[in-house]
Amino acid sequence: MDNPILLTMRHIEKRFPGVLALNNVDFTLRKGEIHALMGENGAGKSTLIKILTGVYQMDGGEVTIEGQPVVIHSPQDAQNSGISTVYQEITLCPNLTVAENMFIGREDSAWIQRKEYEKKADEILGRLEIPTRGARILGRCSLAIQQMVAIARAVDMNCKVLILDEPTSSLDDKEVNMLFKLMRDLKAQGVGIIFVTHFLEQVYEVSDRITVLRNGELVGEYPASDLPQVQLVSKMLGENLIEELPEVQTETKMIGKNQDGVSLVGDMIRNEIKKNSGVFYEAESLSSAQALPFDFKIRKGEVNGFTGLLGSGRSESVRAIFGADKVTGGKVKIKGEQVKINRPIDAMKHGIGYLAEDRKRDGIIADLSVRENIILALQVMNGFFKPISRSESEAFADEYIKVLNIKTASRETPVGSLSGGNQQKVILARWLLTHPDYLILDEPTRGIDIGTKWEIQKLVLKLAEEGVSVTFISSEIEEMLRTCSRLIVMRDRHIVGELTGEDLNQAQVMKTIAGGEA
Amino acid sequence: MMKNNGLRKEPVSDTQLLMTITISIFVAMYLMAMFGLGGGFLHVQQIFDMLNDNASLIIVSCGLTIVMIGGGIDISVGAVTSLVVMSCVLYLNRGGNIFVAILLALGIGLAFGVVHGLLISYLEIQPFIVTLAGMFFARGMTTILSVNPQKVSHEGFTALRDTKIEIPWLGYTAKNGNLVPARMELGVLVAFVCVVLVFILLKNHRLGRSFYAMGGNQQSALMLGINVKRTRFISYVISGALSGISGFVFMMHTGAGNATNAAGMEMNAIAASIIGGTLLTGGVGNVAGTFFGVMTLTTIKKIVVSSGLNDPWWQNITTGGMLCFFILLQSVVLSRRNGKKKTL
Repeated sequence: MDNPILLTMRHIEKRFPGVLALNNVDFTLRKGEIHALMGENGAGKSTLIKILTGVYQMDGGEVTIEGQPVVIHSPQDAQNSGISTVYQEITLCPNLTVAENMFIGREDSAWIQRKEYEKKADEILGRLEIPTRGARILGRCSLAIQQMVAIARAVDMNCKVLILDEPTSSLDDKEVNMLFKLMRDLKAQGVGIIFVTHFLEQVYEVSDRITVLRNGELVGEYPASDLPQVQLVSKMLGENLIEELPEVQTETKMIGKNQDGVSLVGDMIRNEIKKNSGVFYEAESLSSAQALPFDFKIRKGEVNGFTGLLGSGRSESVRAIFGADKVTGGKVKIKGEQVKINRPIDAMKHGIGYLAEDRKRDGIIADLSVRENIILALQVMNGFFKPISRSESEAFADEYIKVLNIKTASRETPVGSLSGGNQQKVILARWLLTHPDYLILDEPTRGIDIGTKWEIQKLVLKLAEEGVSVTFISSEIEEMLRTCSRLIVMRDRHIVGELTGEDLNQAQVMKTIAGGEA
Repeated sequence: MMKNNGLRKEPVSDTQLLMTITISIFVAMYLMAMFGLGGGFLHVQQIFDMLNDNASLIIVSCGLTIVMIGGGIDISVGAVTSLVVMSCVLYLNRGGNIFVAILLALGIGLAFGVVHGLLISYLEIQPFIVTLAGMFFARGMTTILSVNPQKVSHEGFTALRDTKIEIPWLGYTAKNGNLVPARMELGVLVAFVCVVLVFILLKNHRLGRSFYAMGGNQQSALMLGINVKRTRFISYVISGALSGISGFVFMMHTGAGNATNAAGMEMNAIAASIIGGTLLTGGVGNVAGTFFGVMTLTTIKKIVVSSGLNDPWWQNITTGGMLCFFILLQSVVLSRRNGKKKTL
């Protein structure tokens, strides 16, 4: 039943200054299998991949391909050994044709046989059923196709091991299916595929086997069919963590059964809300350059959510609350008193914090250190003529690095070098430091690993318990159902529904988003 | 499913599109000059004059186009040309040999190219700064060699200088009834050879395509197995060598060395490359476009002069205006094109 072994990595060890990134990790890839490599941020999966592709050199262990030991010192060595990688960011040249991208850097002769390359490319693309042509300029193809061209190049280089590093993160459903079909075809041809992804469903859709890493150590290798999703998640997070997080188990159950569900913690909070009544923020026909007039209020210690499809106006509405876009009308009351919020600084002075949707653009300042990023909002609130002293800011940074469990080498590490999840925590820390009464979180969990997602959800609930109002936006409805006691549903830039209590289930939310009656 | 696609023509690349625009504008402008201004523009000799005057500019522009396609810049080309001219003039006036003079020209150009290439590729210093230093160095050396203009008196050279290719059937009959054949200098031939060689290199040679790959996305080029450092090094060496050749051609045209020779030539070469459709950001460009870029630039200047605006600033002002116009045109065309929804 088992296919012959293609690649083995034994007792792999890798040290970075002060960190043991990989400790005695084994990995085995068989011919014709899709092998998912799973782990949280910092588990060591990218380090393992980089060792295999020659970007890093291992400090101990051995790699064999088809039984032969191989030494990989550079990406070139990896390619010569039959290991090809397709990265999340396309590593092809957009200004060249598809055919050139497939053959450049490995031509047999100094002169380019354009027509011949294009014919050969068309042949390979046809065989792999990739819908593009050799003569097309790569930059004119969709991202999915560009990725497939990269795969086609690898296939034509007779790669035995194909590494796909987060290949689906920027593709839509249709494109993902195209990619999966290609992966299955290659598998049938005997290629061993290492598939790295954050999406659990996708892992189960295509993978035969799953290897889980945690904290630089091997947790184990399992056939995908024998490992329920609940268990996969618990292996990735570690059993202890699961016990600490009661709601996590609800989550895993929900994922496992893929059904509607409401968590116990959510219910608990919801009951709290009924007792707790003071309205913190109230807006009457508030509108901005981007958002149509809407009414909205949130009580102290309430967690509510804005939901709707992309472009439904959910982000625009919360941006209006924060004054991030030009406010054009409406009345705003905070704790019953009428106030004016026209700019973010006004909102901040009234105790509102806003975590922007696009953390790369609106949030982090990559070159500044973790410490500097954390104190940024507080510094702005204080005004620049009252600088926060160095020792004070160090204390703040250390405190929040600890509270939020931010994984960083030190507080002076540039934020840009942290993982996405940890960058998000830094921004969260920035707002928490201002001790807001009302925190708006726009897609705080996008593109980060499950563990951090849960930490952030847990934090939201904890803040609510402490009396902070939170508005939470997420594309994952399950996540919102778990944290919010009230969901505001938007469609075509209008609020079309407000769901509470019994109505808070996935079916009802979907129905409201899609258009009610049907 | 794939077979049906076989008949459909792929849209032209950005490179081809920009070059086509340049050629069209050049032709349109020249025709306008012919009908609007007449005079010299009606004679074929006008084109030959433009070529004779600009052979060395065409040659350095070829090199600059290569460097720019690779995502770099070389602003030393004018100064190196000038240094080569002065060196060769002094050498020939001491009774030197013409072939050695040619080797000397090439050698100086190559030396600059190699040093630039080493500093830029292997020490990873900004190309602008490296070639700026090269420019100052070459200009300074030229002045050290001779502050005063030097005329070449070498007999073999003057013979070579005065050799012109005469094409009677492209000539015209002067008022006195004599046939004046069209005259082309030898330097123009050299320029043509350079353009053709660079064109073939860029289009069909592995190295040429590597320049495009490197300019398109350096990281990708590296991942695709291209030796980016070596490729970049070679681009500056080629540019240096062409500056050397340009120097010799310049000397064949003027027959004298002067510290201010080829002043501002690098800026004209950059302008010509840009007008010809080479993007400063790299990855897009074509040497045929660059050739027409030089011709367009020259035509503008001729038109300005023919219109009676003899002061030199008018030429600069119109050149500046044209450059602005071309860059705007390019960015509008490219953004319209690439703003369109991408197809599968």
